[in-house]
Amino acid sequence: MTKIHIPTPLRQYAGKQAAVEVKAVTVAEALSGLVSQHPDLRRHLYSEDGKLRAFVNVYLNDEDVRYLQKEATAVGDGDNISIVPSIAGGR
Amino acid sequence: MLKITRKDYESLCHHGEETYPHECCGVLLGQMDGDVRSVAFIARCGNTRIDSPQNRYNIDPRELVRIQREGRERGEDIIGFYHSHPDHPAQWSPTDLAEAHWFGCSYVITCVEKGKAVLTNAFELTGSDENDKKLVDEKIELA
Repeated sequence: MTKIHIPTPLRQYAGKQAAVEVKAVTVAEALSGLVSQHPDLRRHLYSEDGKLRAFVNVYLNDEDVRYLQKEATAVGDGDNISIVPSIAGGR
Repeated sequence: MLKITRKDYESLCHHGEETYPHECCGVLLGQMDGDVRSVAFIARCGNTRIDSPQNRYNIDPRELVRIQREGRERGEDIIGFYHSHPDHPAQWSPTDLAEAHWFGCSYVITCVEKGKAVLTNAFELTGSDENDKKLVDEKIELA
């Protein structure tokens, strides 16, 4: 099983859970499994065209999947996916 | 409300003084209980906006993944973030709001004037999604 860590602002849409376990072979399948279990998450993670929102970073263990095979990145048992909304700003 | 020890409060203010005239940034970890966010740990971060550090900040998500993991090991969640405004009010800007996505978390801003922290304010990101989000004033309670 792959564990997906849910950031604090999205836990209310994931049954208040800090992590959700899914069975998947790719990041895409893992996220699809997540939103199947918790459909309210979909609009917070994906824009209307079905793409991950630009400010949603997805990490497989310590690597940004953008620099791996993106959502086609393979995952396996014991892997951790972290959903990390961006933190930025300035005057 | 944001509950924070005087020691942690002064630490985040001093961070802004140390990085002046650039913006500092960091993460607040602790516990959330309804509308009360209690800080247990402050994690300083690097500002990746080396192109414009005097008026922009960005925390590397990779750093945040590590901070989040270490926080989990201590039983803490991410409850907010802080940054400084060099020679600029301790108020959120349109950029601050546009780039804020951690609903229910605190965004703490310190005005650092000529190298000295003069005022710190906190704001909670409220709303249900990107279309109705707002940063609203939040009381800081020093413990």
